[in-house]
Amino acid sequence: MILVFIEHKDCVLNKTSLEAIAAAQSIGKDLGLGVTAVLPCDKDCSLAQEIAGYAVEKVLIAKNEKLGTYTPDAYADAWEHVIKALAPKYVVMSHTYQVRDFAPKVAARLGREVVGDCIRYRAEGGKLVLTRRIFLGKLDADVTLGGDAPYFVTFQSGAFRGDAAEKGSGAVETMEVTIGDVRMTPEAPFQEAKASVDLTRSEIIVAVGRGIKSQENIAVAQQLADALGADLAASRPICDSEWLPIDRQIGSSGQTVAPKLYIALGISGAIQHIVGMKNAGTIVAVNKDAEAPIFDIADYGIVGDLFEAVPVLVDEIAKAKG
Amino acid sequence: MKIIVLMKQVANKDAVLRIAGDEKWINEADVAWQTNESDGYALEEALRTVEAKGEGEVVVCTLGPQGAKTVIKDALARGANRAIHVVVDDSKSLSSYQIAKTIADAIKEENADLVFTGLQSDDASFGQTGVILAELLGIPHATIVIEVDRASLGDTLRVKRELESGWYQWFTYKLPALLTIQSGISQIRYASLKGIMAAKSKEIREVTPAVEEFASASAIQKVYMPLKTKQTQILGNGDAKAGAVELVEKLRSEVRII
Ligand SMILES: Cc1cc2nc3c(=O)[nH]c(=O)nc-3n(C[C@H](O)[C@H](O)[C@H](O)COP(=O)(O)OP(=O)(O)OC[C@H]3O[C@@H](n4cnc5c(N)ncnc54)[C@H](O)[C@@H]3O)c2cc1C
Ligand SMILES: Nc1ncnc2c1ncn2[C@@H]1O[C@H](COP(=O)(O)O)[C@@H](O)[C@H]1O
Repeated sequence: MILVFIEHKDCVLNKTSLEAIAAAQSIGKDLGLGVTAVLPCDKDCSLAQEIAGYAVEKVLIAKNEKLGTYTPDAYADAWEHVIKALAPKYVVMSHTYQVRDFAPKVAARLGREVVGDCIRYRAEGGKLVLTRRIFLGKLDADVTLGGDAPYFVTFQSGAFRGDAAEKGSGAVETMEVTIGDVRMTPEAPFQEAKASVDLTRSEIIVAVGRGIKSQENIAVAQQLADALGADLAASRPICDSEWLPIDRQIGSSGQTVAPKLYIALGISGAIQHIVGMKNAGTIVAVNKDAEAPIFDIADYGIVGDLFEAVPVLVDEIAKAKG
Repeated sequence: MKIIVLMKQVANKDAVLRIAGDEKWINEADVAWQTNESDGYALEEALRTVEAKGEGEVVVCTLGPQGAKTVIKDALARGANRAIHVVVDDSKSLSSYQIAKTIADAIKEENADLVFTGLQSDDASFGQTGVILAELLGIPHATIVIEVDRASLGDTLRVKRELESGWYQWFTYKLPALLTIQSGISQIRYASLKGIMAAKSKEIREVTPAVEEFASASAIQKVYMPLKTKQTQILGNGDAKAGAVELVEKLRSEVRII
């Protein structure tokens, strides 16, 4: 059996869980295993029926009053209970921030570890070989799982398509789970005051990464942005260093944008950045490292020094615009 | 009050990576090294927390070969009080559980009030060593911490976690607890000359453990360059200026944005 985690907040689905369902269905077919979806909740979760509409054998509501608001302790106890009761072969999840928070704890408690943030898998001799990115996306590694089941696997967002999750009908069941002491007290989640620049409406974005080297050099990128009538954005380290304000950050912990044109200057292309801009119409990358992962998703690339390329770009744009 | 900070030595971000002969890792022969990015922020937050409290010590812990001492020396120069070096020569072949277990054994007796780690290593990127360590130490944890309410520090501590797409959440923890720290939590200080001098006399405790086998360890079978998924038009053939000229032409004729 494969267990797949359905993430939600107040019974509203986190859509990446559909990707996890697609992954679990695919693995299930390859290994001849059925899929059970697990939904931790403090009530008879209204989401259960929706999930039961996918090709799963069962939707299991893991129920306990302590599962109303997410805490790692409560979730770990709930999962421990479910796993001990059902003895699954695989536990499949999407590599979300919440999963990163509790899955390694559950695995460790059962004497296992998670093979995390995988981008694909293949089945070989009845077992999985998983591929994960290492060195910030510069290399891929094929990884095998050790020891006995259960095996814990998480997939990177986008590794599977949520809309490819097969429809069907599963039975809904409830399992009362035991949860011990919860050693942390959550407050309500909130959003920081609305960003003063809304990059989601930008048509053209010029984004700078660590390759820009210093705060003074931001002016170089600004000139290009001005020439194109573009907005300036950045990767996380630039905002961490306070060279640009946080509302310019693109990526999993910043804004998600889809402009017509995205020019990445000195950005390596780590997955947490890419998820925020991969849907741009045209992607241009200027990077002196020919192997930088940003080139995997770029339409046009210049391999070289941005400080040589950008002034020429500015001049040529001025000429072209006449 | 005692805070232990885990810090890992990783390949420099701008290092050119070559795959090792056995195709299981990179060739480390002439790689430049640095301290893992988020671990630098973890140290900074620990120093600030002790400073705000007005008492206590910050203990750095790294697991790795002798060469990883540079991470420790840098941390001591920046203000950490002492260090524990868990000396393991072939640390790159260890799984996250093995690293966490070996570190847990080395720091258990310290009975720290807080343990800080980075949220992720820039080489192996397991993203879980801290969480496993917390479980093995029997203490609660919080991941992706972006703010510590230092004024709240007593028997409990209030911390702000980063959630996805611009959401945040505060949690209050009973101590002891383990926090995995997100980059950008605060601005990192440089080592002063005085700090560098003072570091020379600070204690570095070496432990040389026998790393236990771990049956469920995941293992790398093969490392390789990622497969390209998109046809990228490379412009200028390595000449940045020529590339820029060609790009503007493409933006005009193909992308039609100019
Ligand atoms: C949970 C989590 C959330 C995260 N959220 C985000 C997020 O929202 N957004 C984000 O961006 N990151 C995020 N990150 C960080 C992310 O993993 C990367 O560390 C970050 O994106 C790297 O930024 P960078 O590309 O600017 O720097 P680097 O990776 O250091 O890349 C710099 C690049 O510049 C190139 N370069 C250097 N000099 C020059 C030059 N003169 N000319 C041309 N090129 C040059 C180098 O070849 C290199 O490729 C997150 C990480 C985690 C773990
Ligand atoms: N060998 C090590 N020595 C010290 N700390 C480590 C080591 N490996 C991992 N860590 C810590 O655990 C964090 C997460 O690493 P990882 O689980 O590999 O992503 C890092 O940011 C470090 O703080």
